Amino acid sequence: MFLLIFKIALIVILFLISLGVAAYATYGERKVAAFMQDRIGPDRAGPFGLLQPIADGVKMFMKEEIIPNVSDKLLFILGPCIFMITALMTSAVIPWGTAMEFDGVKYGLQVADINIGILYVFGVVSLGVYGIMIGGWASNNKFALLGAVRASSQMISYELAMGMSLIAIIMMSGSLSLNDIVAQQGQGKLYGFIPVSGLNWNIFYQPLGFIIFLICAFAECNRTPFDLPECETELVGGYHTEYSSMKLGLYLFAEYINMFVSGAIISCLYFGGYNFPGLEYLSTVLNPNLVSIISFGALFTKAIFFVFFFMWIRWTIPRFRYDQLMKLGWQVLLPLSILNVLLTGGGLTIFSK
Amino acid sequence: MENSIQSVPQNWYLLLSTFMFCIGVMGVLLRRNAIIILMCIELMLNAVNLLLVSYSSYAGNAEGQVFVFFIMVVAAAEVAVGLALLVSIYRNVASTDIDILNRMKW
Amino acid sequence: MGISQIIFYMLAAFTLLSALFVVFSKNPIYSVLWLILCFFSIAGHFVMLNAQFLAVVHIIVYSGAIMVLFLFTVMLLNLNSETEPHKPTLLKFAAVLSGGALFLIIIAAVRSTMPAPYVAPQLSEVGYVKNIGMKLYRDYTLPFEVASILFLSAMIGSVVLAKKERFN
Repeated sequence: MFLLIFKIALIVILFLISLGVAAYATYGERKVAAFMQDRIGPDRAGPFGLLQPIADGVKMFMKEEIIPNVSDKLLFILGPCIFMITALMTSAVIPWGTAMEFDGVKYGLQVADINIGILYVFGVVSLGVYGIMIGGWASNNKFALLGAVRASSQMISYELAMGMSLIAIIMMSGSLSLNDIVAQQGQGKLYGFIPVSGLNWNIFYQPLGFIIFLICAFAECNRTPFDLPECETELVGGYHTEYSSMKLGLYLFAEYINMFVSGAIISCLYFGGYNFPGLEYLSTVLNPNLVSIISFGALFTKAIFFVFFFMWIRWTIPRFRYDQLMKLGWQVLLPLSILNVLLTGGGLTIFSK
Repeated sequence: MENSIQSVPQNWYLLLSTFMFCIGVMGVLLRRNAIIILMCIELMLNAVNLLLVSYSSYAGNAEGQVFVFFIMVVAAAEVAVGLALLVSIYRNVASTDIDILNRMKW
Repeated sequence: MGISQIIFYMLAAFTLLSALFVVFSKNPIYSVLWLILCFFSIAGHFVMLNAQFLAVVHIIVYSGAIMVLFLFTVMLLNLNSETEPHKPTLLKFAAVLSGGALFLIIIAAVRSTMPAPYVAPQLSEVGYVKNIGMKLYRDYTLPFEVASILFLSAMIGSVVLAKKERFN
């Protein structure tokens, strides 16, 4: 019974954190953009403009709700809902920290520890396409349809390379469970001899896989340099051209949630998740619940760093052309990721104990 | 989860997948749009998948699930080629109606 | 009635309803969307049968790839209920009738071989990746390789078909 309450509390807290991070990511994006362009950015609402997300939210809610007359109304409403739901669902299998302990019983900081965790993430991400496609088609607007078609073909193409780079990780860890993948990165020494505990991260073994995964994560989140589905100069507003008010808000918001969750997943897969040097020592001296919260803080910091990295890239690198995007996905990333799988296989046979 | 399927007799899975298969057959006979017909074939394949998985997990043998993999492979290949064919046909006759395609008889 | 039974009945009803909607929807887009929902409920059945790995693979392959292709084609060809061809009523009636007849025949044929109502499921770990992988890569290596050749030929075939003809 307590487990159930714990899980429900965890789900609620995760939702709140995802939404809060997404809200402040919009603020962060403006601030980062301002910093990159030597401006000040939002500074009117509250101290340092900290209330800006709330002002934006109120603005979104107050705007007129327009449903185009010739659109398919049901699907038009369903599109943003699906996109938002899939964005929020992904975080269910991420191990957010070391296990908490109440009355001597351990409770993992993970909503569902299923043995196919990483495939679950992959499956849910592949469903995100529908939110865009349905919304874009239901708008009955050629720009929206083109944006939707671009988004879905881009996401399908980059999922392949993403899956291949994941296979290298799965080969190394021998498990599909994200919990195991993260726990393994906290054990043993880096390269077998560097004596820093909790630093046995996959990034040091899989640099190529990490770069491929990162690029694919950009493409999956529809972020610049891969934001062709919503490219203003070519497609007006892309798949959400016809959307207004909070439906548009859901699309934009879900994008930031996707960024946060993919940042968390990248840090789980390649940067040790909640592990950090010294975690082992801390867990011997401190209360397990406190350690759990500190380890959550470590993962959170890594995820936020990746959100910042996404923004950094956005304001640094210009957008690709569509044929360049497809060429990169199919002719560069996919062969590279297959090569990475081969290298990992070879390395495992040579160095396996 | 250990005894989650214990209370459902396997006959029900047999009935369910038979019914699904027949819906698929009905769809193939009923519709003229070639894309819908392809989709009904997918439905039939999935009815078989469901039955294979139910048998495999009732009998405690993983081989049924391996066969489901091969069915998925065949389905994916079939859809890729089938849809490419349909699109190239559509380019020529501007329709996906299978009744127009009897021109291929000559 | 146990909770798993209730879930089974709900899932089964949903599966059949969505399958029927696939066949009877006027608009091809709705057919595709109903088929996606139908595949989801089948994945739900897989989870109930303790085949979680297969359930996720089913979602990735069918909902994530195959149905996106269908949706793609229907959207780009701009098929809707106005352009949808219809068969004559008599033929429709005959189709429903023959579908029902097939159902009856299969049930009649299978009825005598129906397994006993209660077979306790064996090992619950059958659906785990490990077991399936062992089977797939030990006993079914050749079919696996042949399947990859099938994929390659399908890929080449669809590229050739979809390519614009330069001559003419």
